[in-house]
Amino acid sequence: MAVKKFVVGSFDDEAVLFPAVKKVRQAGYKIHDVYTPFPIHGLDHAMGLRETSLHTAGFIYALCGTTTALSFMSWVFTTDWPMNIGGKPHFPLPAFIPITFELTVLFSAVGMVMTFMYLCQMAPFVKKHIFHPRQTDDLFVMAIELSDKTGAEEVKGFLNSVGAKEINEQTAEAGWWLGRFDREDKVFAK
Amino acid sequence: MHLKYESTLREPLVDGVKDYHQVTEDIISPIEAKPGKLWYIGLFISILLLLFGVFSVFWEVYFGTGVWNLNKTIGWGWDITNFVWWVGIGHAGTLISAILLLFRQGWRTGVNRAAEAMTIFAVMCAGQFPIWHMGRVWMAFFVLPYPNTRGPLWVNFNSPLLWDVFAISTYFTVSLLFWYSGLLPDFATVRDRAKTKLRKLLYGVASFGWTGSTKHWQRHESLSLVLAGLSTPLVLSVHTIVSFDFATSVIPGWHTTIFPPYFVAGAIFSGFAMVQTLLIITRKILGLEDYITLGHIEAMNKVIVLTGSIVGVAYLTELFMAWYSGVQYEFDTFYKFRAAGPLGWSYWIMMTCNVISPQVFWFRKMRRNIMVTFIMSIIVNIGMWFERFVIICTSLYRDYLPSSWSYYRPSWPEVGFYLGTFGLFFTCYFLFAKYFPVIAVAEIKSILKTSGQNFKEKMDVYEEQSVEKFAHDHTAHH
Repeated sequence: MAVKKFVVGSFDDEAVLFPAVKKVRQAGYKIHDVYTPFPIHGLDHAMGLRETSLHTAGFIYALCGTTTALSFMSWVFTTDWPMNIGGKPHFPLPAFIPITFELTVLFSAVGMVMTFMYLCQMAPFVKKHIFHPRQTDDLFVMAIELSDKTGAEEVKGFLNSVGAKEINEQTAEAGWWLGRFDREDKVFAK
Repeated sequence: MHLKYESTLREPLVDGVKDYHQVTEDIISPIEAKPGKLWYIGLFISILLLLFGVFSVFWEVYFGTGVWNLNKTIGWGWDITNFVWWVGIGHAGTLISAILLLFRQGWRTGVNRAAEAMTIFAVMCAGQFPIWHMGRVWMAFFVLPYPNTRGPLWVNFNSPLLWDVFAISTYFTVSLLFWYSGLLPDFATVRDRAKTKLRKLLYGVASFGWTGSTKHWQRHESLSLVLAGLSTPLVLSVHTIVSFDFATSVIPGWHTTIFPPYFVAGAIFSGFAMVQTLLIITRKILGLEDYITLGHIEAMNKVIVLTGSIVGVAYLTELFMAWYSGVQYEFDTFYKFRAAGPLGWSYWIMMTCNVISPQVFWFRKMRRNIMVTFIMSIIVNIGMWFERFVIICTSLYRDYLPSSWSYYRPSWPEVGFYLGTFGLFFTCYFLFAKYFPVIAVAEIKSILKTSGQNFKEKMDVYEEQSVEKFAHDHTAHH
């Protein structure tokens, strides 16, 4: 990604955060992200994010699991090695249901979690910039990305007027990098 | 932005005066403090038990399954009893984390993390039994359908024992993913407030770089909801399939259609009992009484009395069908060899512990009494162990051929193996209780303003208001 300049404002009450998000967007500033210690319902809509399609991916993975299980077991018992098991039919569909169901669930769950990790760019040893150490504790932290046209002081003043408590300016890498949280990495040293 | 207001008639889910920071402080600080003496003693005993289990298993592998007191008549004894018992215990965790999430039961947030951990550890213990029962355990991978040089000769997809392989491994994987994805934000909380370098490093790795971004939360919510939706039928299927191990055979006492629902109810029953045993101690030692309140304990006791009664009805149904079916073998199994006969004592322990004693929970006073709950939880665990023992052994020890009738008592490696799984379970649980957030911090925060005591007290004004005024006030700025 890239190193960018941000103005960061922290809110201590979600009731203040919501109107603030609205006003910041109306004023035309670019919200990089809002970091919250727990999921806040409706904040994604307030920020204008689109709905996630993760569940659709989950459905597709589930279908893959169903197909894999059914086709594999059918192939084994009818084509590859048809075996006489107590004189029962070679294609005992009801007996295939339990494994088919289990693989459906397994494929869907594993696939969704992997997709989630990929979309959020999360893995062991992945490091991202933490704008405020209390953003996972009790603060709602809004990072506004500065462009050439937006002045830092102006944004700071605006954030102050909408109720942010702590306001500061930060230069940080917007994406992720490989690193450890116990070390200060100079990712943008040139 | 608190459109959702909850009636003050419902008791708070979080007691005391709390804000978000206080919640973090209460739940995370035990991780940062040095563990007490009791923790070291507990862990030490658990590891000793685990080592004894390892030795028992070594003995069994070295000399063969012959060191167990199984014989031609009784092919399944303590091993499969313990397997079913541990799997059953796991079910409560998934019920709390998945089914109660779908039903929007707010109280699950206080107990779901520990219950899910219990699920994972219990399934780990359960899995040991079928694996080591194989005897030549180095051939264990034969149960997997992989292309081999013997044909390839595939596994029998018609067999419930193979379904079990798929069910248990899927159950373990999905539970682990569900649990860990919920842990990510809480690990990030520990990481961001960590004072020592080592803690920052370890929790930084464990948190996968979680930041709390709104987009990530949105996906996380979607993920949790779908995983809950998947786990709900999964948990029902797992114990159904375990019951198929018995129900699809033609042994009197096993060959019944009632088995799947009966097993699932029993599993939830025993699982909740184990959750109570663990959490009553955990909340006391970690000082989490504000989060795992009497209300939580009462709610779980209600589940126990419900599922215990379902199990009771199942026992009576079995007895009725044994008589009503007119099948001599069924009748003899139930009336001569289960309720009476050399192993009859185990049947009556089961009946007393599972059906009669949980009825005390019809009384609110008893449901909210911690000592009674703790003792009951142990009794139920014993009773449910005996249920599996009764189902397995009393059906097997008197078969169709009286000359092969036998009696069964375990040998020391069987007992040692069972004790060893206790060691495994509690070693894992002690480590979990020390190094993991025992309560889902983020989830507690998300219900705090609707269900926390100090916030609920402010809701009296809404109770007085007319519906029109409330709706108007709370949708205007939206």
